[in-house]
Amino acid sequence: MSQPKYLRFDTLSLHAGQQPDPQFGARATPIYQTTAYVFKDTDQAASLFNMERAGHLYSRISNPTNAVLEERIAALEGGVGAIATASGQAAMHLAIATLMGAGSHVVASHSLYGGSHNLLAYTLPRFGVETTFVNPRDLAAWRGAIRANTRLLFGETLGNPGLDVLDIPAVAGIAHGAKLPLLVDSTFTTPYLMRPFDLGADLLFHSATKFLSGHGIVIGGLLVDGGAFDWDASGNFATLTEPYAGFHGMDFTEESTVAAFLLRARREGLRDFGACMSPTTAFHILQGIETLPLRMQRHVENTRKVIAFLSRQAAVESIGYPELESHPDHALARKLLPRGCGAVFTFSVKGGRPAGRKFIESLRVFSHLANVGDAKSLVIHPATTTHFRMDDAALAAAGIGPGTIRLSIGLEDPDDLIEDLSGALRASQKV
Amino acid sequence: MKLPVDGKQAYAYTAGRALDAKLPSVVFVHGAANDHSAFLLQSRYFAYHGCNALAVDLPGHGRSEGAPLTTIGAMGDWLASFMGAAGIPSAALVGHSMGSLVALECAARHPARARALALIGTSAPMPVGDALLGAAREDSHAALDMLNIWGHSATAQLGGNTVPGMWMTGANVRLLERAKPQVLHVDLKACHDYADGRTSAAKVRCPVLFVLGSRDMMTPPRTAKDLQAAIPEARTVVFEGTGHALMAERPDGVLEALIGVVGAPKS
Repeated sequence: MSQPKYLRFDTLSLHAGQQPDPQFGARATPIYQTTAYVFKDTDQAASLFNMERAGHLYSRISNPTNAVLEERIAALEGGVGAIATASGQAAMHLAIATLMGAGSHVVASHSLYGGSHNLLAYTLPRFGVETTFVNPRDLAAWRGAIRANTRLLFGETLGNPGLDVLDIPAVAGIAHGAKLPLLVDSTFTTPYLMRPFDLGADLLFHSATKFLSGHGIVIGGLLVDGGAFDWDASGNFATLTEPYAGFHGMDFTEESTVAAFLLRARREGLRDFGACMSPTTAFHILQGIETLPLRMQRHVENTRKVIAFLSRQAAVESIGYPELESHPDHALARKLLPRGCGAVFTFSVKGGRPAGRKFIESLRVFSHLANVGDAKSLVIHPATTTHFRMDDAALAAAGIGPGTIRLSIGLEDPDDLIEDLSGALRASQKV
Repeated sequence: MKLPVDGKQAYAYTAGRALDAKLPSVVFVHGAANDHSAFLLQSRYFAYHGCNALAVDLPGHGRSEGAPLTTIGAMGDWLASFMGAAGIPSAALVGHSMGSLVALECAARHPARARALALIGTSAPMPVGDALLGAAREDSHAALDMLNIWGHSATAQLGGNTVPGMWMTGANVRLLERAKPQVLHVDLKACHDYADGRTSAAKVRCPVLFVLGSRDMMTPPRTAKDLQAAIPEARTVVFEGTGHALMAERPDGVLEALIGVVGAPKS
């Protein structure tokens, strides 16, 4: 008998997690827009509540449409399972809240989405969780920042917006050497461009609002567990390895050898914090994921064409994209991101802030808004919008200058995008 | 719970419940390179429905110390010793795949220990192909992939897990990866070498249940016929479209079938 094969990425993008509807044979995933589920009898009800039987009992905890999405992203990422959340921020919070409490510490890259930076720098300290931010390229800094109470290392696969490429094998090695897990935000890369678990990461999350959806019509997050981290052997995670009074003394690692984290995250985090995803949102994200491979190919192709154009323009001071040899992570990107470095990047236009403002206001095809990863091309000025809470030093550390412009390249005809950018660049130099 | 058996610490999942000598017991035995979590749902159900439920980790597996045992007979004897150490005179023995042979051998060699027997995804003999055995001997990940893919029906490989949000084949391969080096090879060789199935089955005196999957590529239903012939009064439940990973693919169906033979009183 020949070596059997797993289903491949493009097939899983369309099918993973779903069986045709058994009642009517619907091929599409039905939207189970329901709050609750009728129990067969009192024994089944009690068994569901006590996790003696699998199934759905209340849509804050789980929902059949969401479950398809959760399985699909877990399949694409090579994980053991996933939890759909109200947003990417909710997914990040759920991960942290599941692993630690007051008195704990996180080591994080300083190149983060502004909202993530805010949660770690300002909000979580109020709840007793502190963070040390480090240069993601400085491996000694990662190692040196780990304390006795550190419970997590965290970074973005591609830092926002400077596209620092996280050296996942190296940072994961540091984390594992300290018996700690590595969590990554995979929003910019999606599993099509990178599968962080294959590189050593332990947990990941997505803002599914972005490339996974592509259509820009929903807000959602996905938290995925790689299932390889040994919480028992670590000895650092009492939330997973000691009896939990909130569920009849359940010891989650005893209960589930490979999915203890997800078990607690669902049974505590979703139950108590309640940041669940709407099933209609899950349906919309599923529609996006069905075409993820095709869209990511086109995103990367268009981005390469746009960057080639910008590289030739006198009005462009600099471009930050890891596929360019000028990017400090070029060599690492070639190793970790062979399919491409995504469709979000920054560049600086000559003339500083006034020229940047004129450039953005002169664009016609690009939409000026606070999002990335849409099928439509997008533009924003990070220093005054997504990262406005950061001071100048933090901005500089994240690679953001006053004239930095962030583009998210969509799926339009690349010639139309280039013509739009060309006209806006001309206008910017007349300020 | 942990307790010493043959000088080594042995582990069994009990759903966090203390054993009660007044209750009937159900002992679950996992398959090759697995652990107690293979029976998580079913064992948890019985633990909360009037039984002592003990899902063991065989020696060298999961949380149990020691080297893996090299023959099915030795595993069957170990199971009897474990029950003795736990103070359980008899139990319904529920085994999956390799665990089904262990349960069978325990029931044949130590008839007083078995008040019922449930053989899930079973066959005897249980030959293992050269490709799989060879890959396991090399501790190659290819062996885990073969087990994972052949161990699930084509339908299950598309997903639709009863457990919300869990990717069945992803979780299974991670569980297999947890096994220590050579454990899978020792287990598979023990299955391959096991030749006592029909003889042992003929010695069984307790009620027996076969639970089989019609799409099981590891132990197709036809390969259980020798065992079924040796226990003509046994009940058989076949799940259509289901592969070898019966407890994962059909958790409620397997549970309902077990409730019948295990005979747990209503809580």
